[in-house]
Amino acid sequence: MLIVDHLTHIYEKNTAMAQTAIHDINLVIPEGQFIGLIGHTGSGKSTLIQHLNGLLKPTSGSVFFHGADIHDDDFDRKQLRSKVGLVFQYPEHQLFEVDVWSDVCFGPRNLGLDKLNVELRAYHALKQVGISDEHFYQSPFDLSGGEKRRVAIAGVLAMAPEVLILDEPTAGLDPGGRDEILGQIAALQAETGITVVLVSHSMDDIAKHVERIIVMRGGKIADDDVPTAIFMKFAELEEMGLGAPQMTYIMDALRLRGLAVDPAALTVTAAYNSIMKALGMENHHA
Amino acid sequence: MAMGCVVDIIKTKDLVYEYIRRDEEGNVEGITRAVDEVDVAVRPGEFIAIVGHNGSGKSTLAKHINAICYPTEGSVFVDGKDTADEKHLWEIRRMAGMVFQNPDNQIIGQVVEEDVGFGPENMGIPTAQIWERVDESLSAVGMTAHRKKSPNRLSGGQKQRVSIAGVLAMRPKCIILDEPTAMLDPSGRKEVIRAVRALNDVEKITIVLITHYMDEAIFADRIFVMDKGRIAMTGTPRQIFHRVEELKQLRLDVPYVTLLAHKLRKSGVIKSDTTVLSIEELLDSLDIALPVKHESVGKSVNC
Amino acid sequence: MLRNITLGQYYPVDSIIHRLDPRVKLVATLLFIISLFVGRYTGYIVATLFLLTVIKLSKVPLRFIVRGMKAIVFIMLFAVVFNLFLTPGEVAVSFWVLSITWEGIRLAAMLAIRLILLLMGSSVMTLTTTPGNLTDGLEKLMRPLRVIRIPVHEVAMMMSIALRFIPILMEETDKIMKAQIARGADFESGNLIKKAKSLVPLLVPLFISAFRRANDLAMAMEARCYQGGEHRTKMKPLIYRWQDGVAYLLVLAYFAACIVAGRLLF
Repeated sequence: MLIVDHLTHIYEKNTAMAQTAIHDINLVIPEGQFIGLIGHTGSGKSTLIQHLNGLLKPTSGSVFFHGADIHDDDFDRKQLRSKVGLVFQYPEHQLFEVDVWSDVCFGPRNLGLDKLNVELRAYHALKQVGISDEHFYQSPFDLSGGEKRRVAIAGVLAMAPEVLILDEPTAGLDPGGRDEILGQIAALQAETGITVVLVSHSMDDIAKHVERIIVMRGGKIADDDVPTAIFMKFAELEEMGLGAPQMTYIMDALRLRGLAVDPAALTVTAAYNSIMKALGMENHHA
Repeated sequence: MAMGCVVDIIKTKDLVYEYIRRDEEGNVEGITRAVDEVDVAVRPGEFIAIVGHNGSGKSTLAKHINAICYPTEGSVFVDGKDTADEKHLWEIRRMAGMVFQNPDNQIIGQVVEEDVGFGPENMGIPTAQIWERVDESLSAVGMTAHRKKSPNRLSGGQKQRVSIAGVLAMRPKCIILDEPTAMLDPSGRKEVIRAVRALNDVEKITIVLITHYMDEAIFADRIFVMDKGRIAMTGTPRQIFHRVEELKQLRLDVPYVTLLAHKLRKSGVIKSDTTVLSIEELLDSLDIALPVKHESVGKSVNC
Repeated sequence: MLRNITLGQYYPVDSIIHRLDPRVKLVATLLFIISLFVGRYTGYIVATLFLLTVIKLSKVPLRFIVRGMKAIVFIMLFAVVFNLFLTPGEVAVSFWVLSITWEGIRLAAMLAIRLILLLMGSSVMTLTTTPGNLTDGLEKLMRPLRVIRIPVHEVAMMMSIALRFIPILMEETDKIMKAQIARGADFESGNLIKKAKSLVPLLVPLFISAFRRANDLAMAMEARCYQGGEHRTKMKPLIYRWQDGVAYLLVLAYFAACIVAGRLLF
């Protein structure tokens, strides 16, 4: 469990360029949740997630992991970084080894595990992201964009994290690559019960997977609720430059035209069923 | 095409592009056909969107129009000029401007206005005219207020608009944009697409927009869908989005409103056969009896 | 952090000095540096007065320049202490095994004055000239070197591209470093060899990224009709105005005064 307590971060404090990135954030991330973190560029999302695994030192406030302050002198931050895995934007840019296998082994080896455990973890992680054995000894740079991305994510999964934070894991991918990665993350979450924090600009992706949404604005938490509740306030989201899933707009328009559809329907199937019901044609199937 | 017609601004004839794959020792592993027998023609003033998943050959096709890649077989003509002919090279690059994906890696100048002037400088335009062109181009993309700034201080969407201005300053006949929004956030994407549409509407510049966001392709006059180096489908957005199943097979997104209408049509709720591309169209085709029209109904799913 | 070094970062205000042709400022800086090595004592007084006048005219706050010098205080102290203790000559003070000589004091003082004036002088140039202008000025000044086949335009273009990409690559370094730390990398502990080894996960991605950017940039430049320096026109050509002529004369006058003043005492 991660607890963020009155966390404030100011970049270049005491200079003319001082900039408050996040201000007085309070947050509880319980085990096993699938959380969506949304906010306009510059709202403080990146700063917040870097604090969650101790990459930044708070200007004030603290972060607790399993009850211990991560900035205590005797706290093992290296251990924390393996427990809270952070996948940066465009993670394929950090690949450096000669082959896929060694690159994925880099993380667990840094943890000081023995060879057997390092390799077990690497193998497991590569399987989790669906990389087949034939790619193991290929140079990561010869893979396709989507494959590189998945290898990089495996590099973090091999640390066996309890919390997985992903910053825009689908940026720049085509629809196929995007659905593949998100599908694997969702499957992993369902299977292992790992906590996932997904940072994304795509409300459709967020809507499809998460159970809780944290909205950030101007370095503060503007809202924190279940997706349906968040998306109902789509006018507010839009004002923040965020918007809502496509289906929310469709359902809203239908309701305004007098059709009693479910405003919380987010998928095509849910919307379809709701429309059929509102039209009194429930038993009419295609 | 009948005689006397306008010359196609872009025309490819049996275009094939192959490259040789080599292993680490440099031995030939095989040949990849990135573009395979492509025949397309674009008329002046058209807005074309090329969609397809990564590796479908859409970027390689685009690079042929700007003479950055040359055909292995077949030929490419820009405004009637063969791109393989060295003497047209600079003329073609001027006429067919290109905007790339990464906003950071295509801005050369250290100040916005200097970057926009880079193209005209290279073309040897006299100083006074460079300033004229820079002024015009910056205002066309709405970046005049930022002209003295360092590009490093701009947002992604703003950087891409500067890149578009840089191409505009060369007074091109057409602009090819190679996934210009792939690295941007939603508001950046909107900014760029709005600027591109304005250039097409107002300045009548031919646009070739390469994207994998289908909601951007909706604005095009015609869409080319690429798969495995070939043109898999062409048509107006309405014609293309009518083929929902094929698009899904090609791993492309179809707007939810189109999918929903498609499903409702299959069960007979929607009678008309016209493909639905926006929420208004969905409401119209659903033909809901209630007359109440609220103001915010006009909101579309898109930009 | 490298970001905190304000030494020489362009200070955007409008002043007579800012508006001068970069060539004037480059030549003036060069003459100023030479004058520091030729003129002595009284020469330094002239140099200090000259520099303060220029700073006043440039509208860059003196405080800002002084603050920028903080970064090099350590290097300066080192040089001064070195000179102070290690110059042989007549002993002025001595304690334990160390002794300070009169010559040492003289040399250390001279060195400190020279260093301060030199750094302040050259930072005035970079504070009042945009990097773009500076490379333009250099390109124009070095033009005669093309006769001996030095690719002046290309070098200037390289410098200006480097300047544009430095902030981007610094940011990228920071990002890759954090990403590797998140994977358990350790850039701090261990001996020199271990430290050098730990840089591999940082340097490899950084080089790959730099190459990718270079490749993209080359393509973007070609797509915008870049074909080297020939037939190129300038959006902002450098043209001397009468103020620049006056500035050249004033700088020459200073140079002469500094040399003469330096000879007065000895």
